[in-house]
Amino acid sequence: MILDHLPALQVVVPLLAAPLIVLLRSGRLGWLIATAVSWTGLVIAVLLFLRVQDAGTISYAMGSWAPPWGIEYRVDALSSYVLVLVSLLAAVVLPYARLSIAAEVPSDRHYLLYAMFALCLCGLLGITITGDAFNVFVFLEISSLSGYVLIALGRDRRALRSAFQYLIMGTIGATFYVIGVGLLYLMTGTLNLADMATRLGAVQEVRPVLAALAFITVGLSLKIALFPLHIWLPGAYAYAPSAVSAFMAGTVTKVSVYVLLRFMFGIFGVRLVLPGLPLLEILTLLSAVAMVVASLVALLERDLKRLLAYSSVAQIGYITLGLGLGNVDGMTASVVHLFNHGVTKTALFMLVGGIVLRTGSCQLDALAGLARRMPVTCFGVVLAGLSLIGVPGTAGFITKWHLVLSALQAGQWWIVVVIAASSLLAAAYVWRFVEIAYLRAAPTGAASREEAPLQLLVPAWLLVAACIYFGFDTSFSLAGARDAAVMLLEGMR
Amino acid sequence: MTAQNLMLLAMSTPVLGALGVALTQRSPNLRETLSFIAAGIALVCVLLLVPEVYAGGRPEIVLFEILPGAALAFRLEPLGMLFALVAAVLWPVSTLYSIGYMRGNDESHQTRFFACFALAIACTLGIAFSANLLTLFLFYEVLTLITYPLVTHHQDEEARKAGRVYLGFLLGSSLSLMLIAIIATWMMAGTIEFTPGGVLGADISNAAIGGLLALFIFGIGKAAVMPFHRWLPAAMVAPTPVSALLHAVAVVKAGVFSVVKVVIYIFGVERIAGLSSVDWLPFVTGFTIIAASVVALRSDNLKRRLAYSTISQLSYVVLAAALLTPLSIIGAALHIVSHAVGKITLFFAAGAIYTAAHKTKVSELDGIAKRMPWTMAAFTVGTLSLIGIPPAAGFYSKWYIVLGAAEGEHWMALAVLAASTLLNAAYFLPIIYAAYFREPVDDGHEHAHGEAPWPMVAAMVITATGVLALFFGMEFPLALARQLVSL
Repeated sequence: MILDHLPALQVVVPLLAAPLIVLLRSGRLGWLIATAVSWTGLVIAVLLFLRVQDAGTISYAMGSWAPPWGIEYRVDALSSYVLVLVSLLAAVVLPYARLSIAAEVPSDRHYLLYAMFALCLCGLLGITITGDAFNVFVFLEISSLSGYVLIALGRDRRALRSAFQYLIMGTIGATFYVIGVGLLYLMTGTLNLADMATRLGAVQEVRPVLAALAFITVGLSLKIALFPLHIWLPGAYAYAPSAVSAFMAGTVTKVSVYVLLRFMFGIFGVRLVLPGLPLLEILTLLSAVAMVVASLVALLERDLKRLLAYSSVAQIGYITLGLGLGNVDGMTASVVHLFNHGVTKTALFMLVGGIVLRTGSCQLDALAGLARRMPVTCFGVVLAGLSLIGVPGTAGFITKWHLVLSALQAGQWWIVVVIAASSLLAAAYVWRFVEIAYLRAAPTGAASREEAPLQLLVPAWLLVAACIYFGFDTSFSLAGARDAAVMLLEGMR
Repeated sequence: MTAQNLMLLAMSTPVLGALGVALTQRSPNLRETLSFIAAGIALVCVLLLVPEVYAGGRPEIVLFEILPGAALAFRLEPLGMLFALVAAVLWPVSTLYSIGYMRGNDESHQTRFFACFALAIACTLGIAFSANLLTLFLFYEVLTLITYPLVTHHQDEEARKAGRVYLGFLLGSSLSLMLIAIIATWMMAGTIEFTPGGVLGADISNAAIGGLLALFIFGIGKAAVMPFHRWLPAAMVAPTPVSALLHAVAVVKAGVFSVVKVVIYIFGVERIAGLSSVDWLPFVTGFTIIAASVVALRSDNLKRRLAYSTISQLSYVVLAAALLTPLSIIGAALHIVSHAVGKITLFFAAGAIYTAAHKTKVSELDGIAKRMPWTMAAFTVGTLSLIGIPPAAGFYSKWYIVLGAAEGEHWMALAVLAASTLLNAAYFLPIIYAAYFREPVDDGHEHAHGEAPWPMVAAMVITATGVLALFFGMEFPLALARQLVSL
């Protein structure tokens, strides 16, 4: 019985947790509740994933109002995959968060932070699970507004500026999105995504639909931080509390990519994306530029968190590149990289959180000889860094393999060159850390051996291990991504 | 024990050994004993595998699929057997040598050194046993990464710079060119399994094959074909045992081994013999052979001279493979063996000279044979092998390469081989002459010294004896190499 309502519970549990945490006004209880909620969420997501594997797409009518009139929750190969990713990262980050937050945020704000965390999680899961275009907007706003607050809680004053910048950019993005949805509603008379896709086929007047496509694509690109709309991202990731950076780096942009995938291939794909419009070409080009330029910027950064943030912009390029290539392998690369990069980057931000806790800084110059002081943390950064580079035996390699394969199949040699260049640049910026941490002498007077506390190390290393594990066992990550890719592309025919 | 279990044990023993080394860092003697035990077990495993391969067996292990259709899998064939033998036989000898060297020079971070060393051997065996390009690539990359801490062992500015060059060239070439070559093979042939006769179908164009070959040759940066050779001289900042086992045997041989393996089992010798798109390769390797020899001739630093000599000798193997005749393929396989034994002896000697006399330059070696007779005797045997003079092992492999070139009527290759032999003699013989027949110059820096610590001398004597023994016992590697071309 309760199993039938899993799709609703996935969203409702964190949604209810947030006000409960605020009412209790206790940082400790707030953390406990948020953690319990995130673990419940992971269980639900895994159950949903398994059910989709077994029985195919689940359609859940919210409040028993039948779609397309009521709001439909739709769990299919793609959304169940993203649900697992988001709830997995939340479930790993929250146990980590307590100590890290305690060190970085004044204690009277802890309960608010955990309430916002639960809301943000609720929003991200909601975006993923809903099958209704306007409902996506609502959840997008829930996750974004809570996200702005989370970032603003960073201890540095620059966090406020970054949050504000993100607020402006994010609001523009969300507004564009809702304008696009409005236009589509005008033309089709429905907000249900599946219904919209069917009805769009009968629409004669193309121009408003094209305008909708433009608004939605640009709006979502802002949220994705697709180059050159990425300028909010480095500040937001660098100055947010470490646990927040870790969670958001793995999930926020990924979920936005998911929505873009839905719209481009699930809705517009039928008529507009492939023939005529150079949308995929533009996407490919921007991704390629992101992969090279953002990596170059990362190479020059002096702050480890900002370095990782720019690396994220580049890695988002990998994701959108696969999308732009538009064949099964490219799409598989995109979807699997949602997962692989989510795991990798979250692991890195969590480890850096430990470094900040111990050294009080993440300026690269201040980290000389860090490997003697925090050997376990540093080695974790190296391993996760290898996954960023895409060395075989890591999750990142699985993505790169499919991207290169996809580019070769498409006969686009220049993209192969870009991928190679980008991974070499990644090697260069990862190795900046390696040289500083391992090959520079520690400043005199530095603490001898001071590893991050286990409460930070264990969750972080769980994800580091995942970076390696998913480089060998791809039966979940790759098979799930391929199912999703095939489903998306079949939706186009 | 089945052959499969032996292969797994051979690969896992060094890993366990590294773990043991890391755990026993407080007690150096116990730590070194563990290194020896691991090396011994690995050697026994590899030796026990020989009869099976000799009899035509090709033991195979499929662990699990990484990508659909490409598993982490191992299959032992004659070329891999030869390579594994080289690595497994020389590992215990270098361990003996390393102990003398690391203690004699009072090096720091010895635990890390021995642990990474053992892991590098595990990767080398993984490469030797790999059944497809994905498995090979995996171990190939890990080998690069695991040797990085060895190259940057001294952790100073020089080591940092050398480390950059090392990784830049090796990761750069493999992550860009080699990976693309592998994926392109996968796309064109539908498989990346090493298959006797190759996997490229008849529908693949001449130009595509030429392009693919270029991607492989330059992508496998460990083979050090010019212009991708710069990492090898850079790696010489490492302690000498690293230069000896890794940068004269394991790492560089992993490169040429991969090249030969790809030529035989991916391209297929008969499939590409005579194609116009692959006949550039002998010229590129010929150039590398000559150019590297000239640089070696002009290097006063002994290790640098040896490094450039290695670059030149590696291209012998690639050239032999590129000639695409049965005899030259045999020559390529044998040269992997003979050069390994010869070059490790030379590096051992260079390290002994550094440890005992603190000398690194060729010009400082006048009269040193009087003080270090064993070292210089071993050095002399090593040079004989590298020049290709009987009764040293190098003569044999060179002989087969020459036969192969003659069989294929490749006159350019013959000319290169002849010129290179003269150059080899030109950069090695003066060292020997100076060591034996010149009077020591007393410039005030001289200090009384004898031989290096005994473990180093013992290691040198063993490998030098090996060079001579191989000349008389070449029948056996030859039999394995013959299986490659089914002669």
